[in-house]
Amino acid sequence: MLVIDCPYCGPRPELEFSYGGQAHIARPANPATVETSDWAAFLYLRSNTRGLHAERWRHVRGCARFFNALRDTTTDKFIATYRTGEPAPAIDSRGDR
Amino acid sequence: MANPGLRQAPPVESSSWLRLLPPATRFVFRGPAAAHAAAGTVFGLRLPTTPCRASMRPARAALWLGPDEHLLMAPAEDLGALRSAFASGLRDIPHSLVDVSHRQGALELRGPDAAWLLTAGCPLDLDPAAFPVGMCTRTVFAKTEIVLWRTAAEAFHVEVWRSFTAYLVGMLQEVARELPQ
Repeated sequence: MLVIDCPYCGPRPELEFSYGGQAHIARPANPATVETSDWAAFLYLRSNTRGLHAERWRHVRGCARFFNALRDTTTDKFIATYRTGEPAPAIDSRGDR
Repeated sequence: MANPGLRQAPPVESSSWLRLLPPATRFVFRGPAAAHAAAGTVFGLRLPTTPCRASMRPARAALWLGPDEHLLMAPAEDLGALRSAFASGLRDIPHSLVDVSHRQGALELRGPDAAWLLTAGCPLDLDPAAFPVGMCTRTVFAKTEIVLWRTAAEAFHVEVWRSFTAYLVGMLQEVARELPQ
């Protein structure tokens, strides 16, 4: 079982978490002024990264908080986790800062 | 027609290691750090700010569930008094207080095998070094969500949603068949 490091609770088993999609996608501040194609891109277009991917996770069976994680999609290794609102740490896929 | 696939809920019988705890007053308190102090004053017990830790005194317990979420427990007869105390004491402080007294029930597991019984369904490390006395957390047991709180070296307080009690107890009794009689 994967152990995921919750930024609030510490290392916890994967069973307690749920996946929340790609991270750092900001909702347009004023949707009424957004072109339809841009709105569709905001809603539906996501990167399909091979390698390091920033994504949202939720510790739903623990503290219930959303947070962000950098995960390598080829190895399923969690490189880093950080709180929502914080910038993604500058890390390469080997885990080096 | 009765569904033969549905198992009869096993009766919750107290045993040497399992005890169904009496009804209690339970609140889920949510609010920013600024509201914690006021809530602690009203409740008569400081709300823990350390992650996954509980504070308690006789007739009061406050469990950290999340950075802005606490489970407050008191005897059943204190419900009305606490509710009005919170209403007046936190009138001007934004917060959320939900009465979950009847949403969940509580079990106590006690004895040298308590941690072993729980590890059958709970993926956490329950070694005293990793899960010391006073630690509490929401987690899972098999397919149900529980709040697990270690009240003593060999005692756990388990909060479970009411309709899952029979399932949880059934699973624990199933596991307990492995214990020497």
